[in-house]
Amino acid sequence: MADKRKFKIWRGDKTGGSFVDYEVTMDPGMVVLDVVHKVQATEAGDLACRWNCKAGKCGSCSMEINGKPRLACMTRMNSFKPDEEITIQPLKTFPILRDLVCDVSWNYRQNKRISPLNPKPRDPDGNYRMKQADVDRIQEFRKCIECFLCQDVCHVLRDRNEKDHFVGPRFMIRLAGLEMHPLDQADRIPQIRKEFGSGYCNITKCCTEVCPEHISITDNGIIPIKERVVDRYYDPIAWLIRKIFG
Amino acid sequence: MVDVSEIQTLEYDVVVVGAGGAGLRAAIEASKQGVKTALICKSLLGKAHTVMAEGGMAAALGNVDSRDNWKIHFRDTMRGGKFLNQWRMAEIHAKESPDRVRELEEWGAVFDRTKDGLISQRNFGGHRYPRLAHVGDRTGLELIRSLQDYAIHQPMDIHMECTALSITKDGERVSGLVGYWRETGRFVMFRAKAVIFATGGAGKAWPITSNSWEYTGDGLAMGYEAGAELMDLEFVQFHPTGMVWPPSVKGTLVTEGVRGDGGILLNNRGERFMFQYIPPKFASETADTEAEANRWLQGDKEARRPPELLTRDVVAKAINKEVKEGRGSPHGGVFLDIASRLPADVIKRKLPSMYHQFKELAELDITKDPMEVGPTTHYFMGGLRVNWETQETHVPGLFACGECAAGLHGANRLGGNSLSDLVVFGRLAGLGAANYAKQQAKIPALSAEQVESVIQQATACLKRESGKSPYLVHEELQKIMGQYVGIVRTEAELQKAIAELQQLEESLKLLKAPGASQYNPGWNQAISLPSMVTVSEAVARAALMRQESRGGHTRIDYPDESPEWVKYNIIIKKGERGMEVRKEARGEPPVELAKIAYASLEELEGK
Repeated sequence: MADKRKFKIWRGDKTGGSFVDYEVTMDPGMVVLDVVHKVQATEAGDLACRWNCKAGKCGSCSMEINGKPRLACMTRMNSFKPDEEITIQPLKTFPILRDLVCDVSWNYRQNKRISPLNPKPRDPDGNYRMKQADVDRIQEFRKCIECFLCQDVCHVLRDRNEKDHFVGPRFMIRLAGLEMHPLDQADRIPQIRKEFGSGYCNITKCCTEVCPEHISITDNGIIPIKERVVDRYYDPIAWLIRKIFG
Repeated sequence: MVDVSEIQTLEYDVVVVGAGGAGLRAAIEASKQGVKTALICKSLLGKAHTVMAEGGMAAALGNVDSRDNWKIHFRDTMRGGKFLNQWRMAEIHAKESPDRVRELEEWGAVFDRTKDGLISQRNFGGHRYPRLAHVGDRTGLELIRSLQDYAIHQPMDIHMECTALSITKDGERVSGLVGYWRETGRFVMFRAKAVIFATGGAGKAWPITSNSWEYTGDGLAMGYEAGAELMDLEFVQFHPTGMVWPPSVKGTLVTEGVRGDGGILLNNRGERFMFQYIPPKFASETADTEAEANRWLQGDKEARRPPELLTRDVVAKAINKEVKEGRGSPHGGVFLDIASRLPADVIKRKLPSMYHQFKELAELDITKDPMEVGPTTHYFMGGLRVNWETQETHVPGLFACGECAAGLHGANRLGGNSLSDLVVFGRLAGLGAANYAKQQAKIPALSAEQVESVIQQATACLKRESGKSPYLVHEELQKIMGQYVGIVRTEAELQKAIAELQQLEESLKLLKAPGASQYNPGWNQAISLPSMVTVSEAVARAALMRQESRGGHTRIDYPDESPEWVKYNIIIKKGERGMEVRKEARGEPPVELAKIAYASLEELEGK
């Protein structure tokens, strides 16, 4: 007999909604996104869900699966217990548009606040030269697929709703990528402290835990730029030198 | 009736449809030219299929092998495209890609480096020298993110989750387009002097594809309906290596970088079969023993390249044949082995995204076991026919670039030529459209009747009480294309495809989309079906006309390349009584380019 699994999928819009039960027959190798697609094709043609690449590369199908922020396309059905009922719902930290789709436009507005790379002049032969070891550091951050799972799980944004004061882990690593960029000439530290709220992160590492790209968001990105802020503003010797020599 | 005066209207000089690499680059250029520009896309920004491009971006920088130059890139592109490419486009592409790569670096792209600190370049199929600027195996993401982060600071409006439905015209000229917002289901009119399509291909018409839901041929179909010509549609690229197992990821791309870094293809007898499929044309430049292929990988400049790096059409057809003749892997593909070729840590460093993809989706460790791979529908070499200098179609004010434009790739695209195509011709389309817009005194008139008819058509499937499910009709379409218009084709099968597609067109009139119009994937699916069916019919008709096998197009009934057919491109246009298909003579190639294309490598190296 075909293997049938039970799901609770959140249906509704900004005015409200509830979980709806679905029963789906399993095919080999299914991921949660396949389940959503099967429900769309067979029972609920208007079930709203975002997805694009279905290979963990675009970060569109972010949702909360059994309460955990995950990419639906990278969550295999065989990672659950055989009789486990699975709940699927939209990200909690952003306003719901419909069913599994929420309004992530706040994130796009944050990105726009970050000034672009300000590169130094090229070498006389028209090239830039950078060491692989130096670009390795920022290439880690550039693996980010903007799934916003880290933003969803960040306490500062999720529980305290400090969206006016903190840009969140995704944009902290974007800033770290620029700050550590061998070509960038901009001084971003004052802005990182004042406008982007680096002090708000209290290093619980939840963002790192949910990152589908396995980026060490906290250790490699946020902590080093927090340290740079501390060095600049809170190191008493440096402060004194700046005070005297301007 | 629809009251057009109540529909939201936005006015621009240039509207770009599609926010993959080509659309972003086009919009950046148009806005740089000082015209009022909008970019609209069906998904969120940064999610277009460009993120899936893995291997790299072809440009003859000569950083890894100094013998490389634009002439050899041009020669490789023409040979890969089996001489059906538009000569001037291949020339522009080969000459301008290095500048576009450097520009991306200035805008924030962080490419892998050589020991000297320059942009690193990797080997790829059909490219004579290591030529692909890359970032591990996630180059597409790097390209799209760099363009995205740069574009948001340019003076342009970006409208996300907005679907274009139809172009409007004032006489012959483009006057804008009608679309709808996915979130609300509300319609919107864009009044514009010029429209650029950067909408990609139509891979979603096939059952096994590397493409996302967005690849429904919207730009091709909208352009066709508006009177633009389609060219070379018979050339659909089947990427040789898609995942074949498990079923849920069937078709997902496995980068050619695996072969570029030394991966080999094996059949179920453990034979490295590609040595048996070397076409005579490439024999003098391809290794004929494993020892020589291995020496090449070690960097021996005297050795010739391994046969796994022949062009995509050759490799896809070889795999197809091995499987058909019973030498395939358990799930209907062949084996792609990198595990026995490179140490685990090198694989993880060079192919991190592939390692991750197989680990997570197929529970397979590619550093220990071979992958199972098979051909997957990947790319449209054909598309809207454009002027090579301006990227304008035959409809005044309508421009096209990227995958939805035809001409650069001819009968077969070399890997890595797509990412450079996007930025080279995206830029030219932006320039072309901006210049055109500047010459228009005002935005042409928008006809209320046209808008009404577009809206009536789009909402009919919502209003109907009952009817066919758009999901099931899509499945029917994929079945037809998979069965009759796949890697190998025959006249009888193509005739069947055309007949069945025409029947399917009738079903489109009976579609019923479930629910209301707000963020409704069923409605979205129903709306994209007519485009897919139109494009599918065009592919089948072009394939029927081309009586030879060349590049991505293989006819069992005409198994060889024909010296007669290389003289023609196939053009499709909307006529009074439906689709008009004709062959058009290509004319003589520019003398200086023909000389380069047919030159020996020695003549071109290091010049």
